[in-house]
Amino acid sequence: MNYLPNILFAIALVIGIGYFVRNVQKLIRNIKLGKDVDVSDNKSQRLRNMVNIALGQSKMARRPIAGFLHIIVYVGFVIINIEVLEIIIDGLFGTHRIFSGIGSLYGVLIGSFEILAVLVLVSVIVFWLRRNIIKLKRFWNSEMTSWPKNDANYILYFEMVLMSLFLIMNATDTSFQAMDSGNIISQYIAPWFSGFSENSLHLVERTAWWIHILGILVFLNYLYFSKHLHILLAFPNTYYASTKPKGQLDNLESVTKEVMLMMDPNADPFAAPEDTETDDVPEKFGARDVTDLNWTQLLSAYTCTECGRCTSSCPANLTGKKLSPRKIMMDTRDRLEEVGKNIDANKGEFKDDGKQLLGDYITKEELWACTTCNACVEECPISISPLSIIMDMRRYLVMEESAAPVELNNMMTNIENNGAPWPYNQMDRLNWKDE
Amino acid sequence: MNLKVLTMAECMAEGRQPEILFWVGSAGSYDDRAKKITKAFVKLLNAANIDFAVLGTEESCTGDAAKRAGNEFLFQMQAVTNIEVLNAYEVKKIVTACPHSFNTLKNEYPSLGGNYEVLHHTQYLQQLIQEGKLKITNNTFKGKRITFHDPCYLGRANEVYEAPRELLKELGVDLVEMKRHKRTALCCGAGGAQMFKEPEKGDKDVNVLRTEDALQTNPDIIATGCPYCNTMMTDGVKFKEKEADIQVLDVAELLANNQEL
Ligand code: SF4
Ligand code: SF4
Repeated sequence: MNYLPNILFAIALVIGIGYFVRNVQKLIRNIKLGKDVDVSDNKSQRLRNMVNIALGQSKMARRPIAGFLHIIVYVGFVIINIEVLEIIIDGLFGTHRIFSGIGSLYGVLIGSFEILAVLVLVSVIVFWLRRNIIKLKRFWNSEMTSWPKNDANYILYFEMVLMSLFLIMNATDTSFQAMDSGNIISQYIAPWFSGFSENSLHLVERTAWWIHILGILVFLNYLYFSKHLHILLAFPNTYYASTKPKGQLDNLESVTKEVMLMMDPNADPFAAPEDTETDDVPEKFGARDVTDLNWTQLLSAYTCTECGRCTSSCPANLTGKKLSPRKIMMDTRDRLEEVGKNIDANKGEFKDDGKQLLGDYITKEELWACTTCNACVEECPISISPLSIIMDMRRYLVMEESAAPVELNNMMTNIENNGAPWPYNQMDRLNWKDE
Repeated sequence: MNLKVLTMAECMAEGRQPEILFWVGSAGSYDDRAKKITKAFVKLLNAANIDFAVLGTEESCTGDAAKRAGNEFLFQMQAVTNIEVLNAYEVKKIVTACPHSFNTLKNEYPSLGGNYEVLHHTQYLQQLIQEGKLKITNNTFKGKRITFHDPCYLGRANEVYEAPRELLKELGVDLVEMKRHKRTALCCGAGGAQMFKEPEKGDKDVNVLRTEDALQTNPDIIATGCPYCNTMMTDGVKFKEKEADIQVLDVAELLANNQEL
């Protein structure tokens, strides 16, 4: 019977980690539904971006208050994982504070965890106030309805509870308090429990310990369903983000092939393309659904933290237009999840559900409101480009559906006929010289 | 003063290669307001004795607006045609007063076979001043409150923030920054082919909001570095009924006016 807690612990660990691994596999499969894209270039630049932006949080500091609080929570999260390691070893082998054997260093470690825990607690409370009492505008946009809003709050409550549990766990651990090293904060909490018997103290300690570790396992598995996936995905996302100047849009290769053919005076315009047999599905231009996007765009959709920094800098959004770059990312993720569930339900194959990203999630009105100004790309703390998705969908609208607004069609006809967006004669191009 | 402008074809006939090609762009060629910017820049080139040429009737739209409207076909047709002409003249260095042309020529033409050194006119003018080819002799704008509106395609898109500001400082102006400037600058509302269509429904137009940003600095002049920004800001100032007090001028115009060219 003595081994029961260890066995229960092992089971909890296996279930918790197993479920997490399963969801990660699903995540990878869904991301791979996107088209392939070559991201093998600029390795050192990419590494630098990842280190600076994801690890170093360089873009967070641009909004000092949020940035500072975020860094505390982030450092707290990373460092407290050392404590989790101890918990896991203790849990599996029935030991108690196995690392305490390292002597005074242990006190220093736990002491700093305790301080961090308090700082995190304070930060999280400020975050909660900003969202719910001060009501920062960017957290109250139209796309921030039920789930996105609750999701953000849940995690804040979660952190509050986890941090409190950690402190209570330390405060009620009599042997730890007796060591009197590292109990920097918990020594002030311990007196709250002074009336407790030895037994009930132990009970409180064990309960806090268990809820703490179970809470962490639940948190781990909550990630997949939450915007907090960015804790993990910020790293690959900043690595795979574009390293080109922001103004540079890719030149679609499929189009280049056709243009070269059209421009080549030697090509026979009536000749059938040679490779009709090899790829009989003609390539689609632009994106209509998530599977037309490339996998880095899909990765970004899972990475988006819904912080709304993009939207709060978008000129279209600031002037009351329907476009919100954050919504573009949220829609992409929602649709991708829907496609993934469809595949799960149909034994690994996607069955047409009569829906698509374009139209059912993102409207033309949103797409046409974008000025391609790159403000959203500049603002995003984890290098997401909502603009690239907007552009791919515009491409689909124009090249596959000829569905541009009339004025734009006129502009394009003018370019085609006169080499200028206006209906002037190309022969008049130099008239300014003598006017 | 007469403008001295040669075309690449004329240079070719003389059997020589000019130092730079001035890419005028569609707005710079046809739009009445933008033509003034084109001429101001040419005056400066003339004053500095620069050996340059334009393509003239052989120039065609870069295709920027078509590409950003989503028409990749039309863009690449334009690009390939322009690249053929540029490569036939063995062009090495291009200067343009339009950030959209600048971005497209610099970033999007290379993978289609067009490789050139591309400069925005403010970068080039700054070079000319550094090299002493262009001299600031008057101080018409000294002490004037001037705010500079960063064009998205020069600023955020290509991270050119300093060249226009350095030029303004050369003029001894009192440079005041808007709340949103450099990488946080607000778009004028014209990019991404918006110039050619009505905006979607909203509370106000982007250029009005951007003009409000500028007006908060209480400027005498709003300086721009893009023909489209210029139009948008001019319209914004008119909308706010401030056109009697506030001018909207391209950095090249400020320099040319300063020199009374
Ligand atoms: S690029 Fe488009 S979506 Fe992004 S901020 Fe600018 S207008 Fe908004
Ligand atoms: S795209 Fe980036 S800036 Fe926009 S909400 Fe997502 S994480 Fe925030």
